[in-house]
Amino acid sequence: MTELANVFNLDGARIPFEPGQTILTAALAAGVYIPHLCAHPDFPPHGSCKLCTVTVNGRDGPACTINALPGQDVRSDSPELNEIRRVLLQMLFVEGNHFCPGCEKSGACKLQALAYDLEMLSPHFVQFFPNRKVDASHPDFLLDFNRCIMCELCVRASRDVDGKNVFALAGRSRDSHIIVNSPSGRLGDSTLSIDDKAAHVCPVGAILRKEVGFVTPIGERLYDHEPISQVDLAEEAK
Amino acid sequence: MDVGTAPKKVKIATATLGGCFGCHMSLLDIDERLLELVQLVEFDRSPITDIKHCGPCDIGLIEGALCNAENVHVLREFRANCKFLVAVGACAINGGLPAQRNRFDVGDILQKVYSDTPDGRSRVPNDPELPLLLDKVYPIHDVVRIDYFIPGCPPSGDALWKFLNDLIGGRTPRLDYPQFHFD
Repeated sequence: MTELANVFNLDGARIPFEPGQTILTAALAAGVYIPHLCAHPDFPPHGSCKLCTVTVNGRDGPACTINALPGQDVRSDSPELNEIRRVLLQMLFVEGNHFCPGCEKSGACKLQALAYDLEMLSPHFVQFFPNRKVDASHPDFLLDFNRCIMCELCVRASRDVDGKNVFALAGRSRDSHIIVNSPSGRLGDSTLSIDDKAAHVCPVGAILRKEVGFVTPIGERLYDHEPISQVDLAEEAK
Repeated sequence: MDVGTAPKKVKIATATLGGCFGCHMSLLDIDERLLELVQLVEFDRSPITDIKHCGPCDIGLIEGALCNAENVHVLREFRANCKFLVAVGACAINGGLPAQRNRFDVGDILQKVYSDTPDGRSRVPNDPELPLLLDKVYPIHDVVRIDYFIPGCPPSGDALWKFLNDLIGGRTPRLDYPQFHFD
């Protein structure tokens, strides 16, 4: 029996892969963007945001967790899947307090950039307007729970890279929230420091560096001119 | 009289509910293209015309969120009269800046704002002419059906120009990437 070549089919294109690569990493390496939010090239996949949902041999699943296999037929950039992605974004937007005009992350926020790229024109659903706190106790970082999307990138970075376990996820369902590992529960009393990976990995404006807000003028921000599908592809394919 | 040669103008009404008039400023920001626009449209109720009530219209542009009972009344009047109702800007679309009060009780806010006076006397406005505040600030699609959304705080003049051109020209309105922003 001849061995199948390590190639799968993505929207009609042949994508080569190394054994062990996921569909998402193989696609990005081949220069094809699949929208994703909680996936990060430096960390094992989390599979929680479901934005990278693709149809693999007729079944839907997250491209960040499904291993690439020879001969798979993968659909990603279809009106149906992009509609599902828009709905997921809308749910993320109404669940928190994502007030872009007042957010320092605006223009460089992955949630916002994906909403632009997928043309999310309105939140559609009823806003939760949850009452969440802001923790400004840390000298270098602001922790704004209003904007947290529970992607756990800070949890993963602090645990796997920094070896500090500063962040964790607590509660269930609507009550899920990030907690800080310190006696008082405040970020200022934790061991988070400015060199930590966890401090810089937040894709939204939940963990913000202090004293540099709005330092990049409108028109020069990360996603001001090119959509995330082009900006991040160039970034992550490196 | 030469009847029937002049194309029928598209009727547009605009209103600001709980907003800052920034979106209307953006409409003026299309600059000299306003002259082109007035060849194609005529304005019904709008801060530009100062007409107080909206008659039958083709396009209604709504800026701002629903903050009080009068906002809801105006919005319903627009919905009843406009073929296409458009949510313009962040406040109309998701509550925007006015919705930052939603974490507080409206009664507490009024007490805090109007009772904290030097002589300690409460002066919460209670004139019957004043529209009552809603318990929360709502996006306009929570109350009436909305046909189109133009995001931005405010949407740029170019975005409004593109949108109106598409809609009046009979195309599905679509913003180009640089015009698509939430801030």
